[in-house]
Amino acid sequence: MSEKFKVSSSPHVRAKDSTSRIMLYVIIALLPATLFGIYNFGFHALILILVTIASCMASEWIFEKIVHKKNTLPDLSAVVTGLLLALNLPAGLPWWEAVIGGVFSIVIVKMLFGGLGQNFMNPALGGRCFLLIAFAADMTNFASSKFEAYSGATPLGMIRNDGISSVKVMDMLTGRIPGTIGETSVIAILIGAIILILLGVITLRIPAAYIITFSVFMLIFGKERFDLTYLVAELCGGGLMLGAFFMATDYVTSPITPAGQIIYGICCGLLTGIFRCFGANAEGVSFAIILSNLLVPIIEKFTVPKAFGMVKEAKKNE
Amino acid sequence: MNKYVERVYNGVIKENPTFVLMLGMCPTLAVTSSAINGLGMGLSTLVVLVCSNLLISLFRKVIPNGVRMPAYIVIVASLVTVVQFLMQAYLPSLSKALGVYIPLIVVNCIILGRAESYASKNGPVESIFDGIGMGLGFTMGLTIIGLIREILGAGTFFGLPFLSAIKGFTPITIFIMAPGAFLVLAFLVAGMNIIRKKMEAKGKPLAEPAGCLAGDCAHCGQSAMCTGKSAAQSETKQS
Repeated sequence: MSEKFKVSSSPHVRAKDSTSRIMLYVIIALLPATLFGIYNFGFHALILILVTIASCMASEWIFEKIVHKKNTLPDLSAVVTGLLLALNLPAGLPWWEAVIGGVFSIVIVKMLFGGLGQNFMNPALGGRCFLLIAFAADMTNFASSKFEAYSGATPLGMIRNDGISSVKVMDMLTGRIPGTIGETSVIAILIGAIILILLGVITLRIPAAYIITFSVFMLIFGKERFDLTYLVAELCGGGLMLGAFFMATDYVTSPITPAGQIIYGICCGLLTGIFRCFGANAEGVSFAIILSNLLVPIIEKFTVPKAFGMVKEAKKNE
Repeated sequence: MNKYVERVYNGVIKENPTFVLMLGMCPTLAVTSSAINGLGMGLSTLVVLVCSNLLISLFRKVIPNGVRMPAYIVIVASLVTVVQFLMQAYLPSLSKALGVYIPLIVVNCIILGRAESYASKNGPVESIFDGIGMGLGFTMGLTIIGLIREILGAGTFFGLPFLSAIKGFTPITIFIMAPGAFLVLAFLVAGMNIIRKKMEAKGKPLAEPAGCLAGDCAHCGQSAMCTGKSAAQSETKQS
């Protein structure tokens, strides 16, 4: 009986969407960037991606065994976390540091706060920021013999130190630049983003608010004011595209109200701009997104839409 | 159990200031970046705590109730100044590492808390042992936190090469920075709670947290001047 009849509270809308299906869509959408990262950085990138995913799945399974909780591996969220985390790591990172990052993402950022749906910040980004502070040298070491034009530094760092003329914007579009495994190719990320939007997994609200705010901020306060080449380089450099389409849009850690999503996107864009222009590092996407994640409960509180027909009564009560 | 031993046991295990009472969090989080810093901070607090407990206990019948807080502060501040000068003279490097947190022992809530809730009501000898117990508990807490942070964050053990002797080891620097203090403390408190639960299950009931932790104002020394009483308490008083 129980298999045929699903008992749940209203509204009784039938849809094929389920957590595991949406997670599967995200994985499919991440594939272009993943494949390009493996092509770009070689076999070691593939090993690092597999190790990170395995550590996320293993720590989720072991944690749930220890605290006697239901096994949530089939919902694929641990795979998405592991994949996103791996795409945010430089290919040369020692594998055991990636394992620590995976364990931190799952156990501390996600499971200790109650598991999927309860986490207060994006687990993959939490893990990345932990690694960034814990292993600062390894996490910012992008040296690779493949890109002689870039002597170890990322394009963003080069723009910051030597100006816009030191980078080739075309390379930044295709992704033939040093950086983390998944962030380099804007084209591969945009293919994934289009897949997500067409499948209806994400809406354009957050990414659009994020990118537009960031562009306006950089045009006004950036190193080269009102220079379009510079703006395109800043948009393509670093993790901005990956962050805007795949990490800022995480269901759990972004607002649910349409107005809130736009405010949240603006927060992300402003913070990223501030970090990139005035911060100590050339990059600031991950810190901007996790800080905005923390603002989500407040944003949601102030953007609750008024229920139909309730407006006048609410005023009377006041 | 002898009542003096009981005082020490109480301070180290039952009401450990760091892991159970959660007192003195500011130095706990700020100076424990290495084991030796934690130990130094703990021992200086221990010295101040023992002396202040003794003095306050001796003067407890002389100090007028209305000005007891300023009087305690004067006693504690004089003792801290002595410790600070001694440290600057004989342990200049530790004194530099602990910095402003040595003068801040004056406002450490463990010291004022013990003065108010124990030394001002008990005799000098018991108060000394209470100070030793609480001070040892604090020292133990700080040293353990400092040791874990140092081993993970710098790979050393009291300054000697430990994990860093292993080839290919990269210290997890976040542990000697501020976030590491919160992470390590959280896990140690969680571990302590597991131990306390297991001991309770075995029929060795530990003292319930008293005072503000349990919302129990009746047994609290600060009850007369406390403004943050729990709602239930004030309601019963009104009725």
